[in-house]
Amino acid sequence: MTVNWYLIVSAMIFTLGAAGVLIRRNPLVILLCLELMLNAGNLALIGFSRMWGNGAGEIFAIVVMVIAACEVAIGLGIIVALYRRRLPVDVDQLKELHG
Amino acid sequence: MTFLFFFIFAIIALAGAAGVVVLRNPFYCVLSLVVHLIALALLFLLLEAQFVAVAQIVVYAGAVMVLYVFVVAYVGGGDKPDQLWSAGTRQKALAVCFAVAIFVELAIALLGTALSALGTDGAKLSATYGTPAEIGKLLLTNYLLAFELASMLLLVAAIGAVALAGRRGGIAEDEGNLSPRHGLVHTPSPAATGSMAEGVSGYGVTTPLPDPQFEGRELQQPARVTAEDDR
Repeated sequence: MTVNWYLIVSAMIFTLGAAGVLIRRNPLVILLCLELMLNAGNLALIGFSRMWGNGAGEIFAIVVMVIAACEVAIGLGIIVALYRRRLPVDVDQLKELHG
Repeated sequence: MTFLFFFIFAIIALAGAAGVVVLRNPFYCVLSLVVHLIALALLFLLLEAQFVAVAQIVVYAGAVMVLYVFVVAYVGGGDKPDQLWSAGTRQKALAVCFAVAIFVELAIALLGTALSALGTDGAKLSATYGTPAEIGKLLLTNYLLAFELASMLLLVAAIGAVALAGRRGGIAEDEGNLSPRHGLVHTPSPAATGSMAEGVSGYGVTTPLPDPQFEGRELQQPARVTAEDDR
């Protein structure tokens, strides 16, 4: 399989993730769609790494995974805090960051 | 053979991704993402990145997704049944347009690139490519700074998450009002929350979704406590 195929699959996954972020309203599902986009990026990175036969792309992918984990921790923390304060868990109704 | 495996895994990964976007119940969305992640790890294996594939399954499909499942079970809050597809058809159409535009741009960028090596199977690999030994060596030599910064970032994120979600000043007043047994068993919750109990009992599949008149944060009546229960 040529590297092109992997990149096309990565582009498709990225597109699906972007569409999900735009369509869905539940912040939990939006976070899941962000994961999709990050993973699409990871697939492209690994594909390029394979293309050059060089481990740098894999290191990059691992760092992306770390960043995704941080994003999940903070994002879910915010959602739990919203739930605690009895705010609606719906991005259309959450129009203000402040208080 | 690689060809066949590639298409199987790619289709599973794409189906999982579509499931995350389309499914209504957040619990199913998370499960769909797990399927997607595992298929993606297999694609990584096809690209000879063994260590990343295993890390993907252990860290992502394992640890991170468990965190998601816990939060979904705690918060729930699925899109209201009438809201996901009907409300804001204009918004939906715009979103799909933007997504298609992104895809076209990416496809043009990928296919129109001057990187001629993209059309090949990739460079000839050394025997150690993608092994944990090589990754470890790279992380602790060439990419030591990135490694250390990533660990600092994780620490900061962990502290931030505790600060955000931590319960300051004990239990909030309205949370404390629930009697303990209702708190444990009959916690009043919004309709179609996508909680674990609903997911396991096939809520929305075998049982019909509730009336759309349940607003997101309105609470269902807790199950009535009969005199027998009190004894």
